[in-house]
Amino acid sequence: MPNMSLEKVRMPEQQPDVRNKNFEEVTLGYTEEMAVEEAKRCLNCKHKPCIKGCPVMVKIPEFIALTAEGKFKEAYEKIQETSSLPAVCGRVCPQETQCEKYCVRGIKGEPVAIGRLERFVADWYMKNIASKPEKPEQNGMKVAVVGAGPAGLTCAGDLARLGYDVTVFEAFHTPGGVLVYGIPEFRLPKAIVAAEVDKLKELGVKIMTNMVIGKVLSVDELLNEEGFDAVFIGTGAGLPSFMKIEGESLNGVYSANEFLTRINLMKAYKFPEYDTPVYVGKNVVVVGGGNVAMDAARSAKRLGAENVYIVYRRSEEEMPARAEEIHHAKEEAIEFKLLNNPVKINGDENGWVSSVTCIKMELGEPDASGRRRPVPVEGSEFDIEADVVVVAIGQTPNPLIKNTTPDLETNKWGCIVAKEETGATSKTGVYAGGDAVTGAATVILAMGAGKTAAASIDEYLKSKNK
Amino acid sequence: MYKIVRKEVLNDSVSLIEVEAPYIARKAEPGQFIILRVDEKGERVPFTIADYDREKGTVTVIFQVVGKTTESLNKLEAGDSLQDFVGPLGVASHFDGVKKVAVIGGGLGTAIAYPQAKKLKSLGAEVDMINGFRNKELIIIEDLCREACTNLYIMTDDGSNGNKGFVTQKLKELIDGGAGYDLVIAIGPLVMMKAVCDLTRDYGIKTIVSMNPIMIDGTGMCGGCRVTVGGETKFACVDGPDFDGHQVDFDSAIARSRMFKNEEQRSREHACRLEGMNNA
Repeated sequence: MPNMSLEKVRMPEQQPDVRNKNFEEVTLGYTEEMAVEEAKRCLNCKHKPCIKGCPVMVKIPEFIALTAEGKFKEAYEKIQETSSLPAVCGRVCPQETQCEKYCVRGIKGEPVAIGRLERFVADWYMKNIASKPEKPEQNGMKVAVVGAGPAGLTCAGDLARLGYDVTVFEAFHTPGGVLVYGIPEFRLPKAIVAAEVDKLKELGVKIMTNMVIGKVLSVDELLNEEGFDAVFIGTGAGLPSFMKIEGESLNGVYSANEFLTRINLMKAYKFPEYDTPVYVGKNVVVVGGGNVAMDAARSAKRLGAENVYIVYRRSEEEMPARAEEIHHAKEEAIEFKLLNNPVKINGDENGWVSSVTCIKMELGEPDASGRRRPVPVEGSEFDIEADVVVVAIGQTPNPLIKNTTPDLETNKWGCIVAKEETGATSKTGVYAGGDAVTGAATVILAMGAGKTAAASIDEYLKSKNK
Repeated sequence: MYKIVRKEVLNDSVSLIEVEAPYIARKAEPGQFIILRVDEKGERVPFTIADYDREKGTVTVIFQVVGKTTESLNKLEAGDSLQDFVGPLGVASHFDGVKKVAVIGGGLGTAIAYPQAKKLKSLGAEVDMINGFRNKELIIIEDLCREACTNLYIMTDDGSNGNKGFVTQKLKELIDGGAGYDLVIAIGPLVMMKAVCDLTRDYGIKTIVSMNPIMIDGTGMCGGCRVTVGGETKFACVDGPDFDGHQVDFDSAIARSRMFKNEEQRSREHACRLEGMNNA
């Protein structure tokens, strides 16, 4: 019998006033009983609308049906047929705009908690099943993947399953991309990312860290000297934008990338046990309205800041952050200063931030993006006291690959031009996907692009070697 | 892991390590740097490439013990390994058409200035090297530098090597004596580079400085290393570390270099306490 409850089975989470002082995961995940109960809400519809909302087309009703029967191992294997990182996606995907948006149960009541179930199944498998995947038979061809973020890892996993000898080149000392340096521990424990990466290694994927492609080796050298038959570029959008206002070079001003890299990748929240420091102060202003801004604000609170403000130039309705993260941030006592824009950062005599001058904004006509354009209200300037400012207004692709690969076409934003259906770039044998192509987007879209490119690379190399 | 194949103690606080890193050795050029991490809990710290051996596949860095990380680094010996070693980073220096140049190294900056002098000499330039140290006990790589230039002048703040004064004094003397430099390169503490730039600006001699801001990734993704050059924000790790010294906002760079002063102190104290416990 299906469970006809209109609401999702609630997922336990840490209390707001407890969790805003630690870096442990906020949401605690389903128990076996909760997962079975929630899985029973799925009606297993014939036309499976949920699948079309998933960029990697997980066989959702099938894995949920197995979960409802308590066959968690089989459920995991079903997800694995199309997805390389289920423990990650179950946690960070914006399901409300993807799979769950199309769930029939969502027409009246809440949709089936697909993300929570995916997460449960992946966590359960990792905890209970030790089996190593069988290494696929090798086809003798080599593919290089540049960047070990969600796009690169997905592409690498798919190609390894098809028998390719895959090497991933990563600039940082730890693979995972934004999953390790950007998204904080309290949303995505790093042990989970490491476990997912280990699964790929068991499939035969080689990961070379500390390799900055464009510096230590160029894309051309990968193809012509290192013997790779094809290259996938998944280097993301890691170049931070600043506001270009007075005072941005003052001490205490960070890009969100710097702030989050110190905290997440370098574990500055465990300073001085770990060597990398981070300074937070008492009053923190975070500029921006995306997930990165939420992550930075919630991290600052956990590091002991008394007052943390989100300063955003539009209203809550236009915020690009996930609804769940905005909700969590509010619960954790982050203050929202909406319809405000910084115009100047003020410093003290020692070169440290002392306050931020903001101007009030009102919404005018919709702009090219379809969102109402914020317009400053003349004469409405006011100051917010601050010791630290975190700039989270967006990132663009790093120009390193572009600058060292002359025949790779890019657009005016520095994004690599690649065909949407295949991931093929202007350069033969070179494919690209994820934020490097689209600019900053989501984890799951990057994974979808990695998947598409893997299929095209397979097709390209098979036809080439016929 | 990256093996240390050779270690040499240059003076009480400065050591040299030669590290096995064949990919980096193949590509390294003067002016570039590496970022290393000593161990799992370590921080990422940039060091200029002092030398490289493409055939042996090694890269040499020279470091001064100034805090927690350089202290741990100095405890390693030949045969030990570093957790991470990444590079070559930054833009290589370009010296086309330079005829006569003064290369100035201050303290540890001498080790960074050395590969630049060597490269310039190999390109046929006449190279005067002016190295400054607080006292004669701190003088490093004198023999290497002598080989890398035409004339070597070593200054000490206290005159203990018989040549008292700052590098700027020697530079002024040489310029006034008609040296006819078409380029000056200054590498060392920010205050020293600033002083050299203030001097050469008056003479209209092009001056390149190597900036040494705080860095984390070293690949252009965080902007922690940003410096203001000619009124624009530049990232030293990807746009530099070499910049036109007359365009650099040194006061802001000096303030930024102090951003984590308190934390650096805490980290060092933490390490000392841990060691105290181990010894007990």
